[in-house]
Amino acid sequence: MHIPDGFIGDGTAVGLIGAAMAAVSVAFHKVRASFLEKVPVLRMKLATFPPLGEGEEMSIQSRLSDLGRRKAWRLAAVGALIFAAQMVNFPVAHGTSGHLLGGVLAALIAGPWEALLVMSAILGVQAVIFGDGGIVALGANVFNMGIVGALGGWVLFRFFMRGRAGRRGFLESAFAAAWISVVLTSVVAAVEIAISGTEPIGSVLPAMALVHVPIGIMEGVITVAVLSALVRRGFPIAALSKEMSSYEKE
Amino acid sequence: MKKNDWLIVLVVALCVGGFLSFFASSSPDGLEWVAEEQGFLDTARASFDALIPDYVVPGIAGERLATSLAGIVGTLAVFGFLLGLGRLMYQVNDSDVSSGS
Repeated sequence: MHIPDGFIGDGTAVGLIGAAMAAVSVAFHKVRASFLEKVPVLRMKLATFPPLGEGEEMSIQSRLSDLGRRKAWRLAAVGALIFAAQMVNFPVAHGTSGHLLGGVLAALIAGPWEALLVMSAILGVQAVIFGDGGIVALGANVFNMGIVGALGGWVLFRFFMRGRAGRRGFLESAFAAAWISVVLTSVVAAVEIAISGTEPIGSVLPAMALVHVPIGIMEGVITVAVLSALVRRGFPIAALSKEMSSYEKE
Repeated sequence: MKKNDWLIVLVVALCVGGFLSFFASSSPDGLEWVAEEQGFLDTARASFDALIPDYVVPGIAGERLATSLAGIVGTLAVFGFLLGLGRLMYQVNDSDVSSGS
């Protein structure tokens, strides 16, 4: 669902570049802040041991560095996987195809703000190296697939998780969030095309929403397949870990 | 859980991008299809020449190889960029762990 240059007007595109840049900057600082919140936690854990003097600071630092390295690898590996998966278009009804967007998948594995950064990196590489999605429209694509698809998808996931528990509840909520996030993203893209005067909203919006209903089902299927494979192999999934509590406080 | 367990995920990504990508459907995606149906597909314009247009490395004999190469280049580009970003966001400075911070 990568919007090429020309589908949306310059005013719309520039406005969305601003929104995307603001959101990416907020994401960067949120991720950094929530990572540094672990310092007092680590210090409390270490405080239960006999005082180590100089060694205590070292120990906190090395533990935090180790956590940071693992988080950086998770961020990069998730991005690589979603980029690769996006290349594999699957056939959908009447001569259309679709591919994974991956916003919900990234949000559940790495966290919602991390997912916005992952999606932005993927969309940036696609636009700059492969000409997939416009350069002027990059802000719109980050807005649609990052802010709506990943952050919005995360909100949907939290909504569906209410009153559910266990692996089954987790995967069902992930499926529903992934599916709806794709349809929602297509609706937002349709609105951008309509307000640019490219096509009246009455025709482009229902068409976009309808064609993305089956594509969204595939999004849900792939999201659940990847999540259950990672969970089974013991990979640390952000949505299943206590670290998400730092987001809940906000 | 060692950090390099994520290496397996990178290897899977490279396999998907380098091999499975060749079996991708060439049908228009949802947006392209709607644009074609409603007659605004021709409003699309390329603002510049991409390095690797349409995920096929130019100048390589054999579309299969050219697509595989594009998939591997793109997967590694995203991986490398995000690893660098991660190192930046998750770096630990002395001031971050000093008492009273």
